[in-house]
Amino acid sequence: MLDFISHIDLAFMVEAGPLYALAAKRTVFLAGAGIFLSLVIGLVSSLIRFYRVPVLKTLVGAYIELARNTPLMIQLFFLYYGLPRVGVRLDGVTCGIIGLAFLGGGYMAEAFRSGLEAVSRVQIEAGLSIGLKRTQLVRYVLMPQAFAVAVPAVAANTIFLMKETSVFSIVALADLVYVFKDLIKEGHSNENIYLLMIFYLIIILPVSLFFGYWERRMRRAGFSA
Amino acid sequence: MTALKPVLKITDLHKQYDQLKVIQGLSLEVKKGQVLVVIGPSGCGKSTLLRCINGLEPIQSGDIELNGDSITSGRARWNLVRQKIGMVFQSYDLFPHMNVMENILLGPLKAQGRKRPEAEAEAEALLDRVGLLDRKNSYPRQLSGGQKQRVAIVRALCMNPEIMLFDEVTASLDPEMVREVLDVILGLAERGMTMIIVTHEMAFARAVADKIIFMDQGVIVESAPPEQFFEQPVSERARKFLNIFHFDGVKKEETHNVENN
Amino acid sequence: MLDSALSLFLQGRNFARLMEGLWVTLEISAVSVLLSMVLGILVGLMMISRNPWVRTPPRFYLEFIRVIPILVLLYLFYYFPARNWDLNLDAKVVAVLVFTLWGAAEMADLVRGALTSMPVHQRESGRAVGLTEVQINRYIIIPQAVRRLIPGVINLTTRMIKTTPFIFFINVPELTKVGQQIVEVAGMRNYLASFWVYGFIFFLYFIICYPISLFSLYLEKKWSN
Repeated sequence: MLDFISHIDLAFMVEAGPLYALAAKRTVFLAGAGIFLSLVIGLVSSLIRFYRVPVLKTLVGAYIELARNTPLMIQLFFLYYGLPRVGVRLDGVTCGIIGLAFLGGGYMAEAFRSGLEAVSRVQIEAGLSIGLKRTQLVRYVLMPQAFAVAVPAVAANTIFLMKETSVFSIVALADLVYVFKDLIKEGHSNENIYLLMIFYLIIILPVSLFFGYWERRMRRAGFSA
Repeated sequence: MTALKPVLKITDLHKQYDQLKVIQGLSLEVKKGQVLVVIGPSGCGKSTLLRCINGLEPIQSGDIELNGDSITSGRARWNLVRQKIGMVFQSYDLFPHMNVMENILLGPLKAQGRKRPEAEAEAEALLDRVGLLDRKNSYPRQLSGGQKQRVAIVRALCMNPEIMLFDEVTASLDPEMVREVLDVILGLAERGMTMIIVTHEMAFARAVADKIIFMDQGVIVESAPPEQFFEQPVSERARKFLNIFHFDGVKKEETHNVENN
Repeated sequence: MLDSALSLFLQGRNFARLMEGLWVTLEISAVSVLLSMVLGILVGLMMISRNPWVRTPPRFYLEFIRVIPILVLLYLFYYFPARNWDLNLDAKVVAVLVFTLWGAAEMADLVRGALTSMPVHQRESGRAVGLTEVQINRYIIIPQAVRRLIPGVINLTTRMIKTTPFIFFINVPELTKVGQQIVEVAGMRNYLASFWVYGFIFFLYFIICYPISLFSLYLEKKWSN
């Protein structure tokens, strides 16, 4: 029953490894772009809602609910297969990044919202009392503290988004799953599974460890919510 | 200490929260170098008064003038006005993500655009005066309540305000630390800082005030120099209020000769 | 343009098949959530045990689930047993299995959080009044723990629904896969098929998940008083 351990075809793994590695690199770049955009979108959205900007705050609210209540896969299907029929043609990479940014933005907005709400009113008043302008207040008093509170949520979202990238093969992107599906057609199913797991571990575990370290540092500095 | 234009002049201030009238037709004047202490029962509006002066609360009607310029007319830019009014809160509220020096310098450097060497020199001088120069690189979480409050006072002072407002600044401190903060404020009074202080500490009020303002339910009920107010309160409400604080055998100290206006 | 949409939905069994796909989605989510709760409570209790031998294995389990994408787990259970132990699991069984493992990990964390965030004096007050440990658990601890858990459980349910599209990859006829099948057939005669079908499915996920999350918010507000 356990002889799958002794019968690992290492030669195959060494041969196929580079293919997976390349796909992993691609995944990381796409994820990086998408996550970065989602942070920007999330930040702007949360500030709009925090400052209750008329009209925009309702639009942003609707966006957040839409982004958080629909799966990435269907968003990608719609962007890649649906939109071309009404004239908007996007390539796989663009769809992937837009999809991640759209979905991620909604989650990041919620993370930042809880951060902003955690900053006490008196802190804001203290900042006002020393004559800071609103932009200065946001930059020096509000955001640093909001961000510190938001880190755990931002961390969880980042890891979630990186895992979501596994659907990218449906928009014809040669990511890890695509390589897996391709290679497994010719057998070596165990080795392919190992490679798939190994490479996802390689790209996600460091991120998880990094955030864990950061969270511990923040907690020691007395910032925990 | 001849008085010219009053530093702060409030005329017929009205403020309400929804239907609740918190301040009803209040007027007062503060001259340069004068220390006003506002006392009264909870809910009388004294904290709200300070917050209105600093623009943290909107007012329904009335006028507030700082050095003769109206700050309620709608043309005033509050961030500039607030640089001239120093406020210290009950919950001190130092910025937790900055150390002491950064906390103090944020206003002068960013809001006032001053140069770092000059601002830092002043900050250090002030910290030295309150006895906290050796803590200039500490973070708020490393300080005691009394130390934090003293830093908060320095932070406000470093903006070189025309007037300082103190909102029950010792109310959340342990008794041992109350004294160190009050001593700082007394020191400021001796140097001629114009101040409005809201407090419960009656002995302190008596020692530091030029004039006591007694408020109840949003209006000024009585206004008098401390000796007069504490010894012979005129109004019935003041008498009732002071009864709570009267302990037999308290001796009056005559260490100051405060010029009364 | 609209008549193309209408003809799409009235054609053949399209609409009915979409509903069947939806049913599969909901079915798998519901079963997985229920099973996760059982397993999750068990693992959660293990995590707060004082015995380090009992406490640590769950931590590895949780970290593993946290880092590996769901899709990889699906592939793992789809191919591995089949190729190595001649155990051919039905795709739906694989789906429920994987989702339960994932859900249980999340539940365990929620349970641990709910129990450890309980103020200490609750138990002590109970003792002071003379209740037995069993009574304390039954009347004080458990009702409060349940209250803290419910928003998390509901949140997990919607997340499960949003994760079901992944089982598309192992050929379970859930909503998105049915959609794709319909588009493949209808798209030959109906140019806008992909736009309407995927758009509709997008909307469907939204109107299912959004009310549930609103309900969870409502509960949270009601119980925080």
